[in-house]
Amino acid sequence: MQATDIKHPDYFHKVVDCQWACPAHTPVPEYIRLISAGRYADAYMVNWKSNVFPGILGRTCDRPCEPACRRGRVEAEPVAICRLKRVAADYKGDISGLMPKPNAAKNGRKVALVGAGPASLTVVRDLVPLGYRCVVYDSDPKAGGMIRSQIPRFRLPEQIIDEEVGYITDLGNVELRLGQRVDSLKSLLAEDYDAIFVGSGAPRGRDLDIPGRQEAAKNIHIGIDWLSNVSFGHIDKIGKRVIVLGGGNTAMDCCRSSKRLGGEEVTVVVRSGFEEMKASPWEKEDAQHEGIPIKNFLVPKAFLHDNGKLKGMSFEKVAAKKDEKGRRELVPTGEPEVVIECDDVLVAIGQENAFPWIERDIGMEFDRWGMPKVDPKTMQSTIPKVFFGGDAAFGPKNIIWAVAHGHDAAISIDKMLNGEDVAVRPPPGVNVASQKMGIHEWSYDNDISAALRNKVPWRDLGTTLKDIKVEVELGFDPKLGYAEAQRCLNCDVQTVFSRSLCIECDACVDICPVDCITFTENGDEDELRNRLTQPAKNKTQDLYISDALKTGRIMAKDEDMCLHCGLCAERCPTGAWDMQKFLIEMTHAGTACRSR
Amino acid sequence: MSYLPKPKFRHPGLQKNKLGYTRRDYEGSVSTLCAGCGHDSISAAIIQACYELDLEPHRLAKLSGIGCSSKTPTYFLGQSHGFNSVHGRMPSVLTGANLANRDLIYLGVSGDGDSASIGLGQFAHAIRRGVDMLYVVENNGVYGLTKGQFSATADAGSKSKWGADNNDSPIDMVALALQLGATYVARSFSGDKQQLVPLIKGALGHRGAAFIDCISPCVAFNNHAGSTKSFDYVREHNEAVNALDYMPVRSEIKADYAEGALEQVTQHDGSVLNLYKLARDYDVHDRIAAMTYLQKKNAKGEIATGLLYVDSSPKDLHAHLQTVEGPLNLLGDADLIPGAAALEKFNAARR
Repeated sequence: MQATDIKHPDYFHKVVDCQWACPAHTPVPEYIRLISAGRYADAYMVNWKSNVFPGILGRTCDRPCEPACRRGRVEAEPVAICRLKRVAADYKGDISGLMPKPNAAKNGRKVALVGAGPASLTVVRDLVPLGYRCVVYDSDPKAGGMIRSQIPRFRLPEQIIDEEVGYITDLGNVELRLGQRVDSLKSLLAEDYDAIFVGSGAPRGRDLDIPGRQEAAKNIHIGIDWLSNVSFGHIDKIGKRVIVLGGGNTAMDCCRSSKRLGGEEVTVVVRSGFEEMKASPWEKEDAQHEGIPIKNFLVPKAFLHDNGKLKGMSFEKVAAKKDEKGRRELVPTGEPEVVIECDDVLVAIGQENAFPWIERDIGMEFDRWGMPKVDPKTMQSTIPKVFFGGDAAFGPKNIIWAVAHGHDAAISIDKMLNGEDVAVRPPPGVNVASQKMGIHEWSYDNDISAALRNKVPWRDLGTTLKDIKVEVELGFDPKLGYAEAQRCLNCDVQTVFSRSLCIECDACVDICPVDCITFTENGDEDELRNRLTQPAKNKTQDLYISDALKTGRIMAKDEDMCLHCGLCAERCPTGAWDMQKFLIEMTHAGTACRSR
Repeated sequence: MSYLPKPKFRHPGLQKNKLGYTRRDYEGSVSTLCAGCGHDSISAAIIQACYELDLEPHRLAKLSGIGCSSKTPTYFLGQSHGFNSVHGRMPSVLTGANLANRDLIYLGVSGDGDSASIGLGQFAHAIRRGVDMLYVVENNGVYGLTKGQFSATADAGSKSKWGADNNDSPIDMVALALQLGATYVARSFSGDKQQLVPLIKGALGHRGAAFIDCISPCVAFNNHAGSTKSFDYVREHNEAVNALDYMPVRSEIKADYAEGALEQVTQHDGSVLNLYKLARDYDVHDRIAAMTYLQKKNAKGEIATGLLYVDSSPKDLHAHLQTVEGPLNLLGDADLIPGAAALEKFNAARR
């Protein structure tokens, strides 16, 4: 194998599994260490810089970081990264002094943003401090987009939304045109905007066209519309018996909301198996904790009604089988159909994009699914000054992806309006620094906790089920937050090997608790992986390879299980191993991202 | 040294041996020796060997004297018996323990100071008597604990870290062991675990006096240019006579070897030493030839390593003394007080 080029920013970035997995590449271990040190405001600002909504995401993020967390491979469960973010938000105190000051110098450029959700707000956050004027349109009466309209209050209290949306609108030079729906991109293009960002989400809930749908329409609701009506206070009750169709996070929000608005017998019904549900495992757990059964392998057949009065639903029982080509399919079992009685049905079987307001004759290209053609790196559409982001760009994803899109679109808008090629993307900022403080002292705490993942305390069900606005999760207190933060393996503190210093004494091999390091003859990757001290079976994790040493052997380190405990560096007599903090930050819009 | 205890986390793919133990179950506490010490590699080799032998930790006793090397039994086999004795007196304590309980496996760990200076007489007599043990000398040629003075094994002409020449003749521990009648004699290098681990395994299966002289560079005081016990010097001058593959039981040899290149030695406990000859005419069973060979190599400045001599049917101290079969602590009243009839019979034999 070729020696590893550790100067490439991606190499060590990949070792920081959580940060690599995060669409916005939040420096996770960095803020977790700040939480351990009790520096909550600083931890919050590290987050705010990269993901814009730490308090919101600390409660609602889809957490792509957690399945990636190395702790989950080494032990059993990942660090509770998401809820640690909330700790930073909960205990940060007054951070107004740390926020960027409204920029007095205006650059005379004007950007229109369609939709006031997380993608648009990220663009605003990135552009306004540079002197841009941002005009945000939204049909809802308040800014926040799906954060406000679709996430129930018992998961995300309104004041958190107000606070974090407020940090952006307080930057000055932002004009919110709320309650104002954009009905024509053509007319928006005709106005004097230098660029337009479309962050209008995926606003259309999928419907279920089966017998009885039209007749019983009064008690059949589209999930996301219903949640939005609940959020804005238009709906405050539901029938006693409720069926929620669908297995995604929206379905979980629907069933838990129903339980708080008068639903006594709330049942979730999914077509496929429990395991295949799209909802995050913790959201399923939360629903079950509230006494909501999830029935699986039931395909909806009809809405049963009595002259338009909904009575229940009938389902066909199915089982998962593999067809000849090995594809999984649902086959009816032939058992009698299942009837569940109900007063209301919430349909949460997915959502779609809808662009009726974009004229098809203005030069914008669409693909065959009716989605605008958008460059995944630059977020630019085929009309150069129109950019997309969030669910509007590539269909429904989540908040953290919307933020990542927002950053990318802001870079593109800034580059374009400075006469630069948007396709040339700015490299990340990387800082690598030794953490050595003494012979065996490091500036990070390498004595990691062996404790299992801490559970976030819940408020008691008696209270939470009575009021939809009472938050269920209490969050970690500082003590629990510290305990959880100490579980982090500090994967950003990298083991850096200097071949010229190594005397091949084997001290690092002998001390490594997880047998990461091998000195051996070089070979092809597949063959080499199999003859390491511990075979490196996880191919998604790189091998760190040195050039040949004095004996002709190479150093091969499997990054997979490394605890970053620094013992290799402590036991190295020559300092050939060093623990160096690799801090990588994505470059956001601004002078740093421009090439001149 | 590190302040940090080694984290309890293990690689999830870590293998278990027949007893259900992983290699890490054979570890001791974290070493307090200097970072990079060769002795730590020898500890790791002992751990690896015991793990691979499926050794029950309570079946082994590790004994040592005083010195850097004699500290190491703390760093391996944390679940085994241990005795940290007086300087140079480990061989006597080991001999006594062995006489009292012959069922245990005895591992004596010592250094060049502990065995070649203050304990030279003790070393000689334990070997001479054929005590069933593995005696390991972790040989770095200097007194590390007192900051690097030459020890009795330092080669004449080698330089200290401070530039002083050594004018005294060295004591060759391997030559002594051969001359005194050790029945398993090997030399190895802490920086070559592939060679060292099988040698330790073979020695632990040997029922007689087994001796391993393991060159172990002192990174603090004897790893410089001018030293003959540095990593670089040993790697350059290492001449292995053979490569050993230890088999717990005899099994078919699958690989194809040139005529005469492979020799199988069956030990008393049924284990087999597969020896791949690297020096074609080297006879591992010829004590006198071995001594001559080693002297010749030594004169050329080369370090002969590998299994240097083995007697496949050794006799040990218990055989010489015709002691009882089991450990003394298992002898009951019936054994210890055989009664008047037995006394009468014994006396009759003397009349």
